[in-house]
Amino acid sequence: MSMNPNEAVTAGVMAGEDAHGELLESIVVVARAFFDAKAASITLLDEKAGELVFEAVSGEGSDTLPGTRFPADSGVAGFVASAGQSLVLDDVSKDPRFARDLAEGTGYVPKALIAAPLLRGEDVLGVLSVLDRNDETRFGLKQMGLLELFAHQAACAVGVVQAARDARGSLDGGGEMAAISRLAGNLAGADQERREAALRLIDALADLTS
Amino acid sequence: MLPDPLPAQSLLAGDVPGISRASAWPHEISRDWALGGSTGAGVKVCVLDSGVDPNHPVVGGIEEAVVVESDDEGTPFVREDGESGDLFGHGTACAGIIRKIAPDCEIASCRVLGTDNRGNGAIMAAGLKWAIESGYRVINMSLSTTRHDLSALLHDLVDDAWYRRTVIFASAHNRSVTSYPWRFSSVFSVGSHEEEDPLSFYSNPDPPVEFFAKGVDLEVAWLNGATISSAGNSFATAHLSGIAALVLSRHPDLSSNELKNVLHLISDNTEVSTEVPT
Repeated sequence: MSMNPNEAVTAGVMAGEDAHGELLESIVVVARAFFDAKAASITLLDEKAGELVFEAVSGEGSDTLPGTRFPADSGVAGFVASAGQSLVLDDVSKDPRFARDLAEGTGYVPKALIAAPLLRGEDVLGVLSVLDRNDETRFGLKQMGLLELFAHQAACAVGVVQAARDARGSLDGGGEMAAISRLAGNLAGADQERREAALRLIDALADLTS
Repeated sequence: MLPDPLPAQSLLAGDVPGISRASAWPHEISRDWALGGSTGAGVKVCVLDSGVDPNHPVVGGIEEAVVVESDDEGTPFVREDGESGDLFGHGTACAGIIRKIAPDCEIASCRVLGTDNRGNGAIMAAGLKWAIESGYRVINMSLSTTRHDLSALLHDLVDDAWYRRTVIFASAHNRSVTSYPWRFSSVFSVGSHEEEDPLSFYSNPDPPVEFFAKGVDLEVAWLNGATISSAGNSFATAHLSGIAALVLSRHPDLSSNELKNVLHLISDNTEVSTEVPT
């Protein structure tokens, strides 16, 4: 028996979630390797909670940070998400509050970092950050431009998954799509006679409402 | 038959008011004429950002601080900001750069970042409106919004500012992001160059980014009285805001249009060529 639309969309979303997770992981791994850095991470904005959530981490913190949250109105990533502007910082440990907050929150205090917003259409979806180059050379404008290219890739991946999640949400809700989804699900399990009768009724409804 | 009445915006030739100038335009606009010896005195600059730490030694005090927030219905409103200072450090960094370049200018802070990520485009627009209506001569906005529904409002605001002689310096996006208001022609849009001289800047022959100012290897003011090394178009924008304050201090009667011309003419890559263009 074929999947009903609800199951098909759910399966699509789940596959999309897996591919999305892999793609974000891949982006931070490649970004870290590309910049020869000690760590790279993607944080996504949870607008309702007003927080940024670590979604993918490579290098320092990769075993502890994924899933952890911090307020979106503080820190360098918070600024980048809030302003939609990329930022390069060196010697961030000179700011005692910055260093303490990071040390307490992540267990790792970087010396330098570069961060770019994940921009998708009109929205800032999150932040891509790269921390500390192994050769300790400074991040500059060239690195910022390159990081923004990586951030664009990540934003595309996040955007696709969020669209799939929205589609799944519309099937679960109380609106027209949810009603049609339930009907289609019932039809998929009905015998041939009932199914054909129901389809004639649906055609009539379509004529009536057109 | 009587002719149609003149539209309200028209004047008969004899009624056009005269314009008196404090100084004549020289035959050649030089840096020395534009900003030589200037300290930015008398020029009011508003930093539209994450707030400014008024106690940071590099900033050296500010004249006024407000914050823009949203009420329960999401409508932005402006109130005095007596305590929060700077939430991120970024606004303090911009103010510190402006202070270094134009030590005697008057700096104000309008905090539009940090309270509500969802509403920040509308909050930014409300802050910009406040700064324009408050009569600030220079507005530094090292930020932008990608919200297309705000583009018409922002366009109206920056055009209004242009005619009020309020000049807006806004950071450009490096990547081809459609964001506002930096791409509007009545804004002075700024990207970065990598040279050392903080007073060095370039005029871009291929806009919409119109100018490039110092944006790398910067020691900028940050939270808790610290200074950190940083880079980005945000800080290039603050450099050019400071340079504009220098020019406007020496030549306070410049219109927005004239200031943009002066900056173009004294930029590092503008020179008189004897070759006839083909």
